[in-house]
Amino acid sequence: MSTQTPQTRSARELRQRRRARQIAEHASGGILPIIIKIALIAVVDAISLFALFVAMTHGQWIVFAVVLVIAAVVNLVYFKRGWLPAKYLTPGLIFLLIFQVFVIGYTGYIAFTNYGTGHNSTKEDAVMALVQSAQERVPDSPAYDLTVLEQLGNYSFLVTAPDGTVSVGDDSTPLSTVSGAEMSGGVAVGLTGYTSLDFADVLEHQKEIAAMTVQISDDPNDGALRTPDGSKAYLYISTLEYDEAAGTMTDTKTGTVYSDTGVGAFTSESGEQLMPGWSINVGLENFTKAFTEQSIRGPLLSVTIWTFVFALLSVLTTFALGLFLAIVFNDMRMKGRKLYRVVMILPYAFPGFLGALVWAGLLNRDFGFVNDVLFGGAAIPWLTNEWLAKFSIVWVNLWLGFPYMFLVCTGALQSIPDELTEAATVDGAKPFAVFRLIKLPLLLVSIAPLLISAFAFNFNNFNLIYMLTQGGPRDAGAGINVGATDILISMVYKVAFDGATSDYGLASAFSLIIFVVVSLVAIISFKQTKSLEDLN
Amino acid sequence: MTRTQNASPETRQSIPTSKAARPAKRPVGFSRWFRATGWRHLVGVIVIIYAVFPLLYVLSASLNPNGTLLSSNGLFAKIGLDSYVTLFTSPQQPYAAWFGNTLFIGLTASAGTIFLGALAAYAFSRMRFKGRRFGLVSLLVVQIFPQLLAVVAIFLLLNTIGEIFPVLGIDNQIALILVYLGGALGVNTYLMYGFFNTVPTALDEAAKIDGASHVRVFFTIILPLVSPILAVVGLLSFIATTNDFVIASVVLVSPEKQTLAVGLYQFVSQEFTSNWSVFAAGAVLAALPVMALFLYLQKYIVGGLVAGSVK
Repeated sequence: MSTQTPQTRSARELRQRRRARQIAEHASGGILPIIIKIALIAVVDAISLFALFVAMTHGQWIVFAVVLVIAAVVNLVYFKRGWLPAKYLTPGLIFLLIFQVFVIGYTGYIAFTNYGTGHNSTKEDAVMALVQSAQERVPDSPAYDLTVLEQLGNYSFLVTAPDGTVSVGDDSTPLSTVSGAEMSGGVAVGLTGYTSLDFADVLEHQKEIAAMTVQISDDPNDGALRTPDGSKAYLYISTLEYDEAAGTMTDTKTGTVYSDTGVGAFTSESGEQLMPGWSINVGLENFTKAFTEQSIRGPLLSVTIWTFVFALLSVLTTFALGLFLAIVFNDMRMKGRKLYRVVMILPYAFPGFLGALVWAGLLNRDFGFVNDVLFGGAAIPWLTNEWLAKFSIVWVNLWLGFPYMFLVCTGALQSIPDELTEAATVDGAKPFAVFRLIKLPLLLVSIAPLLISAFAFNFNNFNLIYMLTQGGPRDAGAGINVGATDILISMVYKVAFDGATSDYGLASAFSLIIFVVVSLVAIISFKQTKSLEDLN
Repeated sequence: MTRTQNASPETRQSIPTSKAARPAKRPVGFSRWFRATGWRHLVGVIVIIYAVFPLLYVLSASLNPNGTLLSSNGLFAKIGLDSYVTLFTSPQQPYAAWFGNTLFIGLTASAGTIFLGALAAYAFSRMRFKGRRFGLVSLLVVQIFPQLLAVVAIFLLLNTIGEIFPVLGIDNQIALILVYLGGALGVNTYLMYGFFNTVPTALDEAAKIDGASHVRVFFTIILPLVSPILAVVGLLSFIATTNDFVIASVVLVSPEKQTLAVGLYQFVSQEFTSNWSVFAAGAVLAALPVMALFLYLQKYIVGGLVAGSVK
C-alpha cells in the first residue's frame, strides 16, 4: 500500500483531473440552469407520484413498476454528477423504449394469443359479462326502494330491502349493508359522503343509471339489481349459471352445459360457443394458421409477392422517370428550367394521402374524369379490376414519387465533376459510354441508400393503397379480409381494425412475419451499401 | 439494371446534340433548335401536364358549388366558394377542428422530435462513451421496424394505460403525440448527427475553456449553428405526422378529435361521389400551407436528405 506504482498514480491523477473538470463545469453553470433542472425534475416526480398512486389503486402493478423505474432513472441520471451522455440520451430513450421497442416485443406476445373480437379480456371478465348479458327480471320478485347516489362522478344504488335492511353497492362492488343512512318514511334516502340524486338528476342521467347492474352478493349467480326508473330496483337473475368449482356455464332454460375446453370460450359438447370469451395463449396457432390454412396461406403469399413487386416497381419507375427528367433538364442552354422544376415538384409537396384520394376520384369507374372525359364515358374499372388496379397504383405512385427522384438525381448529377466527362471524351469515349461507365456508377454510389430507403418506404406505403383502392378488389375466396392490391401492412391493418371482427392475434402474427422479412432485406441492403462502416 | 436501358436512349441523343450545337452556323433553323433544346421543352410540357393536372382538377372541383364527382369533370365550368363555406358550417365534418388538431399534433410532435433528437445527436457527436457505437447501430436497427407494424400493440397498450390514466389512453391527442415521440430518435438523430459532426469541435472547446458549461454550449453555440438541419427535421416530422393515417385512425376515435388525414378520409369514403367538391375544398385548404412551406424549404430538404444518406 505504501509504494505507488506509476499506474495507480496516473489513475489518481485521472480521477483528480475529472474532479477538477466537474468542479469547473459546476462553477460555470450559473444558478438559473440548476433551478430549471430542479423544477423540471420536480414536475416529473410529481407526475410520477400521482401515476404511482393511481396505478396502485387500480392494482396495475406492471404499470406501477414501469413508472417507478422511469422516475428512479430520471432522478438518478440528473442528480448524479457525471454521466453526461446519459443526461442527453435519457429523454429520447424513454420514449423509444416504450413506444418502439416495447410495442415490438408486445406484438410478439400478442401473436401467440387469440386476442381479438370476443377474446379481449380475462376469464373473470367474460364470466361477468356473460352472466350479466343473460339477466332476466325475476317474475313477481319483490321491489326494492331505491335512491341513486353520486360520488365523484360514480353512481351507487342505496336500496332498502322489503325486510328493511339498507345496503349500498355499485357496478363493481356488490351490495353491502350500511348503518346510519338518512331515513324518510322507512326508506333510506341519503348517506354521508354521497349526494342523493333527485328526480331531475335521474332523468338527466337516465341512460347510465338504466345500464347499471348491482350484484346482490359476491356470487354472480345470486342475481343483480337493476332499475328502469331510478326509484325502484328489481331483482334480475341470469339464465346462465356459473359453477366455479367445475368451471362450467349452464343455461338454466335449455340445460346445456358449456365448459372451458381450453379454446378461450365456454363451449358446449356440440361445439357451440358462448361469446364473449377470453384471451388465452394459443402458442403457434396463429402462425400455423397463416402457413397451413389454404384460405389464409394463399392470400398471404400473393400479398407478400405483390408487396415486393409493388415496392420494386415503385422504385424503378420513379427512379427511371426522375433520372430521365434530370438528364433532360440538366442542359444549361435550356430556357425556363427553373419554372419547369418548380411546377414539376408540386406533386411531391402535395400531401400524399390527399393525392391518393384525388386520384381515386379521377379514376372512379362511373363518374371519374379519366373515364368520363378522356375515354368518352367508357366504364373502365381502373380501381376494381385486379390488374388495372395494380397498374393504377403504380401509376399514381409514379405521380407521387417521381419529383423526389428528379430532385435527388439532379443534385447528384450536378455534383459529378465535368472534368471526368471531358477526360473520357478526350480519350474517345462515346457519350453513352460516358454515361454508363462513369456517370451512372458515380450517381448510384450517392443515390443507392436513397433507393433503398425509397424501397423501404414503399414496402410500407399504407396510405397510397388504402386511400386509392382500400386494398380491393376483395379476394372473395380468402379466409381473411384482403384484396388484390393489399400490401402486407394494409393487410395487418384490415385484419385488426377493418370490418366487423378483429383478430389482433393473427394480425400480430402477420406483423412478426413482416418483421422477419424486413430484417432479411435490411441485412442484405446494409451489406450492400456498407453504410455501417463509417460509424466511428 | 433495366434502369440503364430505360435511360440510355435519351442520353445518347442529348449529348451528341449538345456537341453539335456548339459550332452552330448562324441561322438557327427550327429542326436544329428542336434537336438541341426544343424536344426538352416537349418533354417538359408533357411532364407538367401529368404533374399538374390532378392539382388543377382538385382546385376546379373545389370551386364548383355543391358539385358531385360527375359534375366536377367540367373543369372550371362554374366558380363559387360555396364548398368552402359548407366545409366550415356543415356539422357533418368538423373541418376547422381537424385542421386545428392536425396543426397542434404536428407542431407539438415535431417540436418534441427536434428537441429529443438534437439532445441525442449532441451526445453522439460530441461525447465518447461506452456503448456509443452500439447505441448508434441499434438506433438504425430499431428503425427498420416501423411503428406502423406494431399498431395493434400500440392500440392495446394505450387501451390498458387509458383505463388507469384516461389522459394517455385511446381517443386522446396527448397519447398520440407520445407515440409519435417514440420515433423521435432514429432517422432524425442520424440526420442531425451527421450535421453536428460538420460543426468544428474547436468552437465548443473554445467555449468550454472560456468557462461555458455543456448545457450552455449546447443551447447557445451548437443549436444556432445547426438550425438548418433542425428546420429540415422539423418539417420532415411535421409532414410525417400530418400524413399518418394508421396510428391516428386507431388512437383518435371521436370525430372532433381527429386529424385531417383521418377525418377527410372518412368523410370522403362515406359520401364519395355526392360531396366531392366539399372534399376538394378541404384538400386544397389542407395542402396549400404545406405546399407553400415545402416549396420555400425544398432546397434544404433535398440537401439534408442527400447529406444524411451519404453520411
